[in-house]
Amino acid sequence: MSTTLNMTEINLREVNSTLQDAAKAQANAAYVIENPRGSHAVACGLDGPLTVTVKGSTGYYCAGMNKEAAITVEGSAGPGVAENMMSGVVTIEGDASQYAGATGHGGLLNIKGNASSRCGISMKGIDIVVHGNIGHMSAFMAQKGNLVVLGDAGDALGDSLYEARLFVRGTVKSLGADCIEKEMRPEHIALLTELLEKAGADAKPEEFKRYGSARKLYNFNIDHADAY
Amino acid sequence: MEKTPQTEPRQSWTFSNDVNSEIRRAAATGIYDIRGGGAKRRVPHFDDLLFLGASMSRYPLEGYREKCETSVTLGTRFAKKPIELKIPVTIAGMSFGSLSGPAKEALGRGATMAGTSTTTGDGGMTEEERGHSEMLVYQYLPSRYGMNPDDLRRADAIEVVVGQGAKPGGGGMLLGQKITERVAGMRDLPEGIDQRSACRHPDWTGPDDLEIKILELREITNWEKPIYIKIGGARPYYDTALAVKAGADVIVLDGMQGGTAATQDVFIEHVGQPTLACIRPAVQALQDLGMHREVQLVVSGGIRTGADVAKALALGADAVSIGTAALVALGDNDPKWEAEYQKLGTTTGAYDDWHEGLDPAGITTQDPELMARLDPEAAGRRLRNYLNVLTLECQTLARACGHNHVHNLEPEDLCALTMEAAAMAQVPLAGTNWYPGKPGF
Repeated sequence: MSTTLNMTEINLREVNSTLQDAAKAQANAAYVIENPRGSHAVACGLDGPLTVTVKGSTGYYCAGMNKEAAITVEGSAGPGVAENMMSGVVTIEGDASQYAGATGHGGLLNIKGNASSRCGISMKGIDIVVHGNIGHMSAFMAQKGNLVVLGDAGDALGDSLYEARLFVRGTVKSLGADCIEKEMRPEHIALLTELLEKAGADAKPEEFKRYGSARKLYNFNIDHADAY
Repeated sequence: MEKTPQTEPRQSWTFSNDVNSEIRRAAATGIYDIRGGGAKRRVPHFDDLLFLGASMSRYPLEGYREKCETSVTLGTRFAKKPIELKIPVTIAGMSFGSLSGPAKEALGRGATMAGTSTTTGDGGMTEEERGHSEMLVYQYLPSRYGMNPDDLRRADAIEVVVGQGAKPGGGGMLLGQKITERVAGMRDLPEGIDQRSACRHPDWTGPDDLEIKILELREITNWEKPIYIKIGGARPYYDTALAVKAGADVIVLDGMQGGTAATQDVFIEHVGQPTLACIRPAVQALQDLGMHREVQLVVSGGIRTGADVAKALALGADAVSIGTAALVALGDNDPKWEAEYQKLGTTTGAYDDWHEGLDPAGITTQDPELMARLDPEAAGRRLRNYLNVLTLECQTLARACGHNHVHNLEPEDLCALTMEAAAMAQVPLAGTNWYPGKPGF
């Protein structure tokens, strides 16, 4: 049994405070948000187990800083979806705009369509699975976590990467500074199998290539200045 | 035979010993000089202003008997829970990582005893500072190191850092020797690597986006926390106006004398404007928007004395913020460590290699032995004393100008000693009723 919050009848503050209180109650309740009409900051700052289904597309920062909640957007999401997510699952049935999963610390961001530029920028432990393509400068300065792309990646993938792992099935237009292709070892196949299963993605791990940091820019060296 | 007179060896002003030493250093290493602190060059500053004091046309308040209020409320525009400070001096954001845990604790202790707030920095919130700071401002920075919503909710205010005076437009660097296991863990980075702090935020790019970001921060924190926007002293009129547009409750404006943990010397000395030059344009922007005193202005960058505090307030600030001076109060650059400064190739007062983690005073380090040199309780008391002195001095000057609240200080109370200061502060050159750019002249 779910409770419906209709955004033609109640405003953003009421929607979010209702969801935040429900999450805090730890009751694992279910909510449906109708008519989001591209509103910003929908279902952000949830801090507990809760199921939220958003019937339509959202603006900036939907599901921002999520902890534990399972949020599904039955539409597309604007910039910064699930930014700084800590845990839980955020699913986007459509496409995601730029900065998807930016700085996320944990949980799973599952994008069924494409993601725009800077997907996974500065990610710090989150798992992101994109069933379509991703735009340029994705995983820029990505620190930890896993980015899985079933389609193609744009320019400068993984520029200035730290320890995040990138798996791409399609083509990569170009790699960013200090990002290199790496060997797919059995542990990576196992990890990828698990991530694809969690995301309900129809793909074989063996079809992917792995990219990661060459670690040449970790400590400043004047002989590497040309790499920047 | 009489010796032919010779001229004294003449040093070049352009190629001074200081300049030549930097050329030799660059030639030997192939890398720019990185250091901490703010601009060291001489720029027009609060020292170039004087208070006129009361006279026939103004009457003063009795220095020790009559009340002169110092309280400040920050965040009255939108926040449900504004911050109430007893004094108009706050502690600026400085990171754990750059500073040791005991140093952060000392800042919290001193600020709390004095009735003011302290501020986190890059790298997140530590228990040392949350536990010892009655009012703690949580910085929301481009790197988002250590950023998590739990800390956001347990902060008393949120400061979105767009820039800082030492390096407007620049990011930061914490060198590997300070990235210990604890620092690395908080920042989700490997130990020992040079850690770069980004120069711009990862998920917004301009004031329109920032307005939405602030909406998100308010939604996550139930609209309770004051939201500050910190800007470096670059284009203070427009930056202030855009910060108001983006929804700030408070604007923190940091001039080029404001310190940093580490960046290139060329950046510190050649980018940005002096603090003195930034205040009037920022105040003008607030006045033009009808927001002066509704959106509070906190000024930082080179505040050292109660006179500096009073002058900043007279020019229109609501409060000031101190960083470098607070570190000195804790014990940074203390002459008792002179022998060790000498070993590091520097001297008391000039030590600025804070990024190297070798601070003899145990403040800008993560080395356990050096850190142990700082007693956070004693250092906290020194900071409390210093904050009290700043406040007493500011009150003294305000009373002498006839004001019963430090916020009643005004530009009319000031004159300038130099043309530059007169132009920047828009107060008359001493002995005249004129300043460069004054309308009607």
